[in-house]
Amino acid sequence: MKKLLLGNEALAQGAIDAGLSGVYAYPGTPSTEITEYIQKSKIAQELNIHASWSVNEKTAMETALGMSYAGKKSMVVMKHVGLNVAADVFMNMSVSGINGGLVVVVADDPSMHSSQNEQDSRYYGKFAMIPILEPSNQQECYDITKYAFELSENLGLPVLIRLVTRLSHSRSGVTTGERIAQNNIHLPKISTQFQLIPMHARGRYKHLVDLQPDILEISENSAFNTFYEGNNKTIGIIASGIAYNYLMENFEEGNCPYPVLKISQYPLPKEPIKHLFDTCEKILVLEDGYPFIEEAISDFLGENRKVIGRLSGDIPRVGELNPDNIANALGFDIVINENLPKVVLGRPPQLCIGCGHNDLFNAINVLKNESATQQVFGDIGCSALGVLSPYESINTLIEMGSSITMAIGASNAGIHPAIAVIGDSTFTHSGMTGLLDAIIEKTPITVIISDNSAIAMTGAQDSAASGRLITICKGLGIEEDHLKVITPLHKNLQENIDIIRDEINYKGVSVIIAQRPCVQLPKEKKDKLKEYTNVSIN
Amino acid sequence: MHTKINIILAGVGGQGILTIAAILDTAALDNHLNIKQSEVHGMSQRGGAVQSHVRISDQPIYSDLIPQGKADIIISVEPMELLRYLPFLKKDGYLITDSNPFENIKNYPELETLYNEIKSHKNHILIDAMKIAKDLGNSKATNIVLLGAASSLIPLSDESFQKAIATLFERKGERIVAKNLEAFLKGKEIAAELVS
Repeated sequence: MKKLLLGNEALAQGAIDAGLSGVYAYPGTPSTEITEYIQKSKIAQELNIHASWSVNEKTAMETALGMSYAGKKSMVVMKHVGLNVAADVFMNMSVSGINGGLVVVVADDPSMHSSQNEQDSRYYGKFAMIPILEPSNQQECYDITKYAFELSENLGLPVLIRLVTRLSHSRSGVTTGERIAQNNIHLPKISTQFQLIPMHARGRYKHLVDLQPDILEISENSAFNTFYEGNNKTIGIIASGIAYNYLMENFEEGNCPYPVLKISQYPLPKEPIKHLFDTCEKILVLEDGYPFIEEAISDFLGENRKVIGRLSGDIPRVGELNPDNIANALGFDIVINENLPKVVLGRPPQLCIGCGHNDLFNAINVLKNESATQQVFGDIGCSALGVLSPYESINTLIEMGSSITMAIGASNAGIHPAIAVIGDSTFTHSGMTGLLDAIIEKTPITVIISDNSAIAMTGAQDSAASGRLITICKGLGIEEDHLKVITPLHKNLQENIDIIRDEINYKGVSVIIAQRPCVQLPKEKKDKLKEYTNVSIN
Repeated sequence: MHTKINIILAGVGGQGILTIAAILDTAALDNHLNIKQSEVHGMSQRGGAVQSHVRISDQPIYSDLIPQGKADIIISVEPMELLRYLPFLKKDGYLITDSNPFENIKNYPELETLYNEIKSHKNHILIDAMKIAKDLGNSKATNIVLLGAASSLIPLSDESFQKAIATLFERKGERIVAKNLEAFLKGKEIAAELVS
């Protein structure tokens, strides 16, 4: 019988069945459930698959590479912006190549449901010159993942799987297959493979370049790239990944009259695209994310425009695809009987009732009224909700860790008070190095670590910071007199305001840890946290 | 005649629409039907507007999202959230909602205005599902009352629904299973009275 699985879960099951030995990840919507599925899987536990969270995407990917070096199959999972964090190792491990199969899974978020941009990871795959796989449905999530490990080991390269939110977070029936055995430890055959000093790296890079025709040939023959010959040659359609489903939705029983090339493996297969160009009047490209395919196959000046899609304006340039914007591009009239009544108001996300961030922002807002020059640099996670009403406490929000470092730069420019607000897990992910910068230069900034002891926004996963913040800050060299712990509760409001004000007035770096467990944490975890809260700084 | 239905489930993060989705999925799977069911994880779950598209068919289902104007039913745990998805409703499609507002935003609309908008649709079931659930001694079963109210419009047998409810609540014990079955049947009964 079929199992009902999210795209993310189907992928995770595919990895287990491919003989995985370790998954490494930092939580991030829409990718989180992949690792969680493996963490909860009984089979994965029996197989001793390593599945705990890493501190960030870079450490996750490097750890996965270490497991691959040892000969075992590993996977690293992240959301699209996480790949920016891991880009250093990502770009270099395509040069070194891998030993045990290594699959990089990246979930993009077109329409930015839970993200600050809609960057398209396919560009990263192309940049690193490795194969990219893009499943179109839940069954393909399973099948493609098993195939990805095989492809990775055959080529000796990491393989990128690209997902999008709607596939990650949609369920359907999936048929699973046999489980392939895990690898035993075996070291790389070529001893210089992983030694990327220039004299070895040049050889490895040449090898990667020389592999490109093989990678293209594999893609040309891939069972995941399929061509359907239609009779109506007025349009030839290229649909990648999930776009294929939205296309077929527009035709009764999926009977599309136009030739369709479904793409789920890259590099782009040249032969079928050339065939479409030769036989069709126009080419419509349907792809979720950036116009990656459209750009690759359009003529440079756009004067001979035969290719239409997001760049031509036939599909909106931004936002995710859906059956309706594809229907528009096909020239179908969409019948909408009802419009959205005026009475319906937006309902943005907000902090939970009983959330400690709430009381922290209340204190910060009182101080804002005292000092018109106060600037608050925010960070990613639940604390980012301080941007919105009713708080409006935060002036900036860019990416993981930028609160502390932007506060340093603004302080250098003459801003005072410069306050950074960062969550505990975001701090260990990307904030610690910035704090060291500030400590070295004694920059007059106030860093508030809003410590709810969870990676809250993605579902209250374990935070690497739990119980370690005081030790970390002291280790980095913060002065003990300017390391404070507060409890953000309404009854402590005045006391907390006074402590923060004192630290703002200090002409050096201060760290205030605002400690109150996330309300989403189960009781047993909250109880465990009591063991280290109220620990004195000295 | 093919079995095919598109349902949108609506509410605010934390109101339990995924439980309704899970019951529909389980019942459909039990009938060997195809399913696609999208859901919302991440930022919107924190007190924001959330929705789930549930598609059930004996034919292949392509899109994970329901096209505009193609939803047969919208089931909502909150009256304003119901109206958010009106552009997806099919002509003569059904609106089913709890009447209790979840007021976590400024300027939440007047309830009468919301109710009038809902009542302007011929096919609507507007009930105080929360009260019905409370009267049955399980205020958490508001969502199950609403599912019961929608059930006669969904091409799945009562038996499959009840089996799915029993399966999903099994871990919580017999009493909770019984309470939820009761909530389902009460919702069905009240909807039948309203529609007749």
